[in-house]
Order: sequence, then C-alpha cells, then structure tokens
Amino acid sequence: MPDGTAPEEVRRGDPPADTIFAPATPPGRSGIAVIRLSGPRAREAVEALAGGPLPVHGRALRILRDETGEPLDEALILTFAEGRSFTGEETAEIQGHGSPAAVAAILGALGRQRGLRLAAPGEFAQRALAHGRLDLARIEGLSALLEAETEAQRRQAMRVFQGALGKRAEDWRERLLQAAALTEAMIDFAEEDIPEALPEIARLCGEIAGELEAEARGARLAERLREGFEVAIVGPPNAGKSTLLNRLAGREAALVSDVAGTTRDVIELRMVLDGMPVTLLDTAGLRETADSVERMGGERARARAAAADLRVHLVLPDGPRPAEGPDDIVLRAQADRLAGEGPGISGLTGEGVEALVAEIARRLSARTAALGAGLTARHAHAMAEGAAALREAEALARAGAAPELAGEALRRALAALDALVGRVGTEDILGAIFQRFCIGK
Amino acid sequence: MFHVKQPEGSDFDVVVVGGGHAGTEAAHAAARLGARTALVTLKADAIGTMSCNPAIGGLGKGHLVREVDAMDGVMGRAADAAGIQFRLLNRSKGPAVQGPRTQADRRLYREAVQAMTRACAGLTVIEGEAADLILEGGRAAGLRLADGSAIRARAVVLTTGTFLNGVIHVGDRSRPGGRLGEPPSKALADRLYGLGLPMGRLKTGTPPRLDGRTIAWDRLEMQPGDEDPVMLSFLSEGPVVPQIACGITRTNSVTHAIIRDNLHRSAMYGGHIAGVGPRYCPSIEDKVVRFADKDSHQVFLEPEGLDDDTVYPNGISTSLPAEVQEAYVRSIAGLERAVITQPGYAIEYDYVDPRALTPALALKALPGLFLAGQINGTTGYEEAAAQGLVAGLNAAREAKGEGPVEFSRATSYIGVMIDDLVSRGVSEPYRMFTSRAEFRLSLRADNADQRLTPAAREWGLVGEARWAAFAAKMEALEAARSDLRARRFTARRLHAAGLNLAPDGETRDGLGVLALADAGWEHLAALDPTLVLPAPWVQAQLRREAQYAQYLDRQARDAEALKREEARRLPPDLDYAAIPGLSFELRQKLERLRPATLRHAAQIDGMTPAALLLLAARLKAREAA
Repeated sequence: MPDGTAPEEVRRGDPPADTIFAPATPPGRSGIAVIRLSGPRAREAVEALAGGPLPVHGRALRILRDETGEPLDEALILTFAEGRSFTGEETAEIQGHGSPAAVAAILGALGRQRGLRLAAPGEFAQRALAHGRLDLARIEGLSALLEAETEAQRRQAMRVFQGALGKRAEDWRERLLQAAALTEAMIDFAEEDIPEALPEIARLCGEIAGELEAEARGARLAERLREGFEVAIVGPPNAGKSTLLNRLAGREAALVSDVAGTTRDVIELRMVLDGMPVTLLDTAGLRETADSVERMGGERARARAAAADLRVHLVLPDGPRPAEGPDDIVLRAQADRLAGEGPGISGLTGEGVEALVAEIARRLSARTAALGAGLTARHAHAMAEGAAALREAEALARAGAAPELAGEALRRALAALDALVGRVGTEDILGAIFQRFCIGK
Repeated sequence: MFHVKQPEGSDFDVVVVGGGHAGTEAAHAAARLGARTALVTLKADAIGTMSCNPAIGGLGKGHLVREVDAMDGVMGRAADAAGIQFRLLNRSKGPAVQGPRTQADRRLYREAVQAMTRACAGLTVIEGEAADLILEGGRAAGLRLADGSAIRARAVVLTTGTFLNGVIHVGDRSRPGGRLGEPPSKALADRLYGLGLPMGRLKTGTPPRLDGRTIAWDRLEMQPGDEDPVMLSFLSEGPVVPQIACGITRTNSVTHAIIRDNLHRSAMYGGHIAGVGPRYCPSIEDKVVRFADKDSHQVFLEPEGLDDDTVYPNGISTSLPAEVQEAYVRSIAGLERAVITQPGYAIEYDYVDPRALTPALALKALPGLFLAGQINGTTGYEEAAAQGLVAGLNAAREAKGEGPVEFSRATSYIGVMIDDLVSRGVSEPYRMFTSRAEFRLSLRADNADQRLTPAAREWGLVGEARWAAFAAKMEALEAARSDLRARRFTARRLHAAGLNLAPDGETRDGLGVLALADAGWEHLAALDPTLVLPAPWVQAQLRREAQYAQYLDRQARDAEALKREEARRLPPDLDYAAIPGLSFELRQKLERLRPATLRHAAQIDGMTPAALLLLAARLKAREAA
C-alpha cells in the first residue's frame, strides 16, 4: 500500500469540494503508469498540463508540460464527466509511460496547482460511497479482492473473520473487566465492605499480559504471511543465480509482480509458493565491481540475505561451503554440467527446481503452523500495547499505589483490546476501513 | 418571591414543574439567565426536601455537586449550610477519586434551599398541581393546573421525580403514590403517555426510619466527621452548625434468618414489583439472597438532624411488611429496643427512556419541553440537581431563542452523565460513579470550578460574587504556578534531599518537583530558601494538579479525539429510509432513537461498522450538497 500523508487529518479538515489525485499503479518502472484525479477541477487540472481543452467525457493523446513549458511525458488522457465516473465526481486519468521520474514530475506539477491535493488512502472509494456509486457490499468485495493475494492469506483471514481472534479477545476482555471491576470497586465502593483485591488484580494483569505478549509474537508472524516471506538466493558470481531466478520466474502462474529495478542492490521476484506469498531475492553481480558505491550496496544485500526467512545457497565444487543453519538450503550449482555430492540444481535444464520449490514451501509452511489468532501488524501492535498497559497496572497494584492510576492503565488495556476487534470509536472504524484501500484504487 | 397563584394567562419564559432537587436547580438556573421563571409545586414548604437519605455528595456524586456549584447552583451551598458531618471519601486515595460528602440536617437543608429560592430574582413559586401541558403549534407552551388555571411559558421543564404512575409497596400492600403522603400526578402522566414516548419502569427502596432515642448509642462504634472538613461549595469556608457522629452497626445471622423466612412477603420477592432496582443499592432482601455467603452487612445509623430524633439506617432498605421490619431491626446490635417511626417501603415508577432526549435534555418529540431528574431514569439528589441545572439553562436559552448548550464527557461529570443517558438509556436507576468518567484524572472535584466556571459565566449562570471569588482564586493559583515554573532544581540536589529519583536525571522546575510521588512543598522550601510559601490551599491545589501531570497529556489527546467525534452530528431530520443498505431493524432503531451524533449511533445495540459507514457516507454527501 503506497503511503499517504497524514490521511486522517487531511480528510477531516478539508472542504468536500476539493480535487484529489494519486497514482493508481504501484511505484516503480512499468509499461504504463496511471494517475487518477477526482473532483470539480479534475479536467481543468489536466488541461493546464496538456495546454488545451479536453473532451468532457472522452479521450485524447497529449504532451504534458509543467509551468515552465518543460515536457514531462506523452500520455493518453481519459476524462469522465460528473455522474459518469467511478467516484461519481468529475474524474480524469493520465496514462503515461511507467517511468518513476515522469510520474513524480506529473504528481509534482499537479500538487502545485491550487485546490488539488494528494488523496488519502481509500479516499476514491470513500467518495464513490458518498456519491452512491459503490455500495458497501461492493466495497468489501473490492477490499477482499485487493488484499487476499494468496490462498494462505485467505485462510488466515477467514480464521480471523470466523472469530478465532474475536474469541481470544473476548476471553481477555472478560478477565480484564474482572480486574477493572475489582479496581473500580475499591474506588467507587470504598464505603462498603469491599475486600482488599490488589494481589488479585496484580495476578490477573500479569496473566493476561503474558498471553497477549505471546499472541503479539504470533501476529507478527502472520504479518510476514501477509507481507510475504523472503527467500534469498546467494552464491558466488556465475553460480547460476540469475538463471535459476529466471527459471523460477518462468514457472506457470508463479509470477505475481516483477519490481526489478527498484534497487541496484537486490532483484526481487514476488511469487506464490503453495499458497504463500514469497519474495525471492537475487543478489547477482554484486562482487563484479570494485566500485565503492557498489560495495556499500553489497553490504546491504548481504544484510538483507542474512535477515531473510530462508537462504538458498548455490555452491560450486571448489567453492567454500556456507555455514548451514535451519534456515539454509544448500544446493550444488549448475548440476547440468558439474557433477558432485548432494542435491543439485540447474536453472538451465530445470533439474532440481521442482524439488527446491517443494522444499521452500515445506519449510515455510512449518512456520505458519505457529500462527496465532492475530492477522496483521495492527493486531500485533494492539496486543503489545495492551500488554504494556497491563504490566503497568500490575506494577501499580503490586506497589499498592493509587488505584485510580491502575484503573487508568486498565482502561488503556481495554481500549487496546477493543481496537483489536474493531469495537472502537466510529472515527477509528471508518478510518481503518477506508485505509484498507490503496491510494487511487 | 413566593406567590400563591398567578392570574390566568400570566406570561413566563420558563415554567418548571417540581420542587425537588432537579426542579430547584432548573428554576434557579433559568432565573440566573434572566428568564422570567415560575416554579410549580404542590407545597411550597416542601421545596428542598430530601426524600431519601440525609446526605449530599459522595463518590462521583460529590463531583456533580461541585460542578453544579461551579456554575453557581444551589445544592453545594445549601448542603454546607445544613452539613452536620463532613467527610472526604477516599481520602487515602488520589484526589481524582476523592468525593466530598456531608450528612445534612433535613430541616436546615430545606430552609437553606427555600431561603435561596426566596432571594432569587425573577423566580416565582406557584403552589398547585400540574394537570396537563399546554401545546401550541406542536410545541409545549405552558402548563394547565388542576384548578383549571393556565401558566403560559416559552419552555417547560418537567422534574416530576417518581410521580409518574408511582406505586408504593409495603410488604404485600400497595397503593398509588409518589413520596409517602403525597398524591401522584396521574393526569400529567397520561399526557406524556399520549405523546407515545418510550417508557420504562424502575423501583427504588427506603429503609425504615428509627427513633434515635431508642437506640443504644453507647454500645455502638461511632464515626465522627473529618478533622479538617472539606466543604461542598467552593464558596464555603467551613461548617456553620454543630457537628455530629454517625453510628455503625451490623446485621447478623439472626437478622438474615428473619428476612429469609419472610421473603415471600416482600413486595419485591413476592412478585408484586415489575420495575428494575439498582444493583449497587440493593435492598436488604437482595443482599441476603444474592450474597448468601456473607453473614453480616454494615449499617450506618445517620441522624437526620440536630433537633430531630429520626435516624436513617443506611444499608437496610426494604419492602417487607412493617412487623417483619421491626423484627429484623431489633435483631441488630444496638437496635434491640429501637422503635420504627416510619416503615421502609419500595416505590415503583415510570421513567421516560432518556434516549428520547437531546443532549440539552429537551424532548425530541416535543419542542419546548425539557425533562430532568428521576423522570429520566436516574437516582440521587446530585444526579437530579445536575440535570436540573442543564435543563433550566437550556430552557432559558430556548426561551431567548438561543441555541442549546451541551456538556462534553471530556470536561465534566455532567457531560458524562447526560451522554450516558441520551446515548445508552438506562436499565437500572442511573447513579454516578467515578468509573463512568474516562477522563477521571482530569475531571476532579477540586478543579470543577476551573473546568466550568468561565463557560458558565459566559452563559450567564455565574453571579458577580462567585465570579470575583473565582478570579481571585485563579490569580493566586497562577501566581504560585508561574513562581514554581521559574525555579530550577537539579536532579542531584533533589536526590540529595532524599527524593526518589536518579541523580543524573533532568533538572526540574518547581511544578516538576511536586509531580514526584514523594515530594512536597517542604522539599521545595528546604531546597530554595527564597521561595515564599503560598497559602495552604494553594499548596494543596498545585500538589493535586502536579500529581497527575504526566497523565494529563495523554488524556488531553484522547479528549481531543472525543471532541472530534462529538462533532459528527446526525441531523435530526435525517431520512434513514432513504439510505439504501440499512437493515430494516437498524433503520427502525435509528428512526426511533434519532441519535444526535455518529458516536451515539455507534452505541446503539446491534449497530454494525457497515451501517455506520453508510451513515458516515450519507453525512459526507449532505455536507457536500
């Protein structure tokens, strides 16, 4: 999801009649990049770049120029009249060449125009909803389509929606309410014969905090499942890493997106293995230059490979053998022409490729077994926040300190749990729902 | 200004029905705003009567009294004039949860309220029975009395307490009635029913009253008031009448056996009462049944006045027959010879579902009509008084053609209470607790004036005397604050002075030193001989403020978020039927409850995020249109 700028504040403070714009395609080099505008000045804004009138509802090919007359890109412009667009507002699309520099220049030129601003995440969908162009069922459908890339993600999402997380949270919440009730009773019913409950409060808080901390770790794992596992292919130059990557990329239906060229240091290849999102990292060519900038890049690439979930090592017969940990798969490189011991692989002939894919899938699947009920980084964050507040309450209760401060900590813990299952203020719910949409989608 | 009757057609801005705690504050608030105000009550000499326990304030309730007082209300000053035993509850805990409370002499309290009412300019008391509302052009336009006379007004405030279809139960006998000995106003109830308002039924109980001369005080544990009494009103200096002690005794297994054996004769357990009672103020029958493992419950013996022998035994309210009451009372230590002067009874009554009200306490279904007090499902003098003030304030503003004033949860307990009432309704008599306030650390009894007096002054609620006193107080506090802000204390010196902090920590200003848990003014004075100590009350107030300083930033952020949510208003004329995708059930609920804000809508039972999204989208579309 591309980054928005302080979306909540932006959305809340602005008059409704402003015009928003955002790239609708992912960043990076691609065949076409689309920038979308919506609002009363959508067409006018593009006309300013195109240097002349555009049809109210139609298409045109134009050279776009900035304020100084400098050409930015040649683009196909689509215009949609008010009431006949996705958002219901006047809308325009700029389909330009997928050069990051050209896209950045066009966005900059738009951003300098009065009455235009970058859209907050989900704002196009929100406007579509507000104008009755999209009903909620379709928004939710869209959201699921956009988000569930792989089968494993879908399964985990179903676990959440079927209530695994809800049940856990409900249980925590119930015990937390007990602790809060004991605390509040000491405060609000001081005149009644209320027993001293501080040890009990401390015990409850400590227990729930421990469980939340464990679940937060599980949720972080789930976040990996959402964001993708990283598998690094490492080995000396000419070991056949790129050939292997190309072979893997050529597997039917394996390719999700190719974001090569985003960095000079590492080539990334997104693919789906056994229902799990996997990003393959190729560190090819790093040692072929003595250039100092390249060397720094090499350091970064090695760090990235070291941090990856799995490493596939291609070794040559006379080369050094890597230290083999549980996250390492060691293969004999260029098996088509070099003989030797142990399993081999060849990107050229495809020998051993299916076995490698199966091995990667097997190892990653084993990890997803440790998944908890949580799904996202947001869940992990809420659990960690809840746990921290509970630890504070526990310490206060043990110290026998002011119960109103323990009560305050418990209140924050409850708020964190409520945020976990979506039982929060309407602003938060709405903001969270709309933020599920990437800018421009 | 007590008047017996006004001539037909006499004109008022605001007419208030009921002379209880809600009615009194409502009438006074309206009159303070300059509205020509009439207070209609059955008996003028019953104004300010405490019909239940003889005490004002307490936990959460003390906060409400202070807030009413901060806006120049009646209750705090009347309680201080009548206070015979002042105690600051939760004294050992933090200032945020301390609640000032006093036992009040019933007669003195009544007299104090009546004296203030007589002295209130623009307020006319009319003795009579409210029979019906006058409606005009779909608005409440006044009141018709039982004798046929009419009082016309631009706004009407109803504070009729438990008078709506009230039924009194003593054991298996029951009869219609409001407070004991007063007739219920059935006709007015019929009018409210005619409006088709959502209603519910609640019950509440009272204990038997005892003759104090028949209690063996010398054998009881006695609880005196505080050494340094904390007053209810910001304007009071100290107690003005002699102070007394209360007695403490306990029920025992014999008491409980008597109650268990006679449960079937209790109005509540005999199935005579349909209303729901409060969980937190259970009858003695309830306590014995629900807490069967406890063989003893505390009973406070509270004298009702200095020259009144009546004693209120707090903790044994009941609806058992009179002879059973006598039997169990006499089983209690110290009460063996006690004489019951008036048996305890339970009262059942109707209330208007407060979700039918706006946050200004106006009835959505009938413009010009405001409701306050027990009629809205609350219990307690303090809750009633606070609502009365809000209703009176808004009724007067309405009469002047000004917009409503609303109280936020972020700045007052009054805001918390009203928000709870109008957004969630009640399922038992609603009583204030400190735990209801999510901004509890900021909403303290000690800073109610700092939170509310300036705004109340703007609205016209605060008179010259209080404003001058408040200004002087703020000046003294600010002078001391800025003095402390200007002084620096290194962590090393503070550590050397024996305070619990790391010697290599940051240098603090004087306020920062007071924020340390174990620091006090004596440390400041010892470390900085140039410091001139301010008045003790200033020292105490700044120490209280500093104690929570580190929590207040977070609460302020949360309060900001809340205020943004409170600002997302749903227009009262929103056409829910025109929103596609809303389920039929939710649409019905929304049409019936007409929540004031999106946040209130979110609190409706069965509300879904999807439906909220639809509402938010509709709001956005309306804003854009």
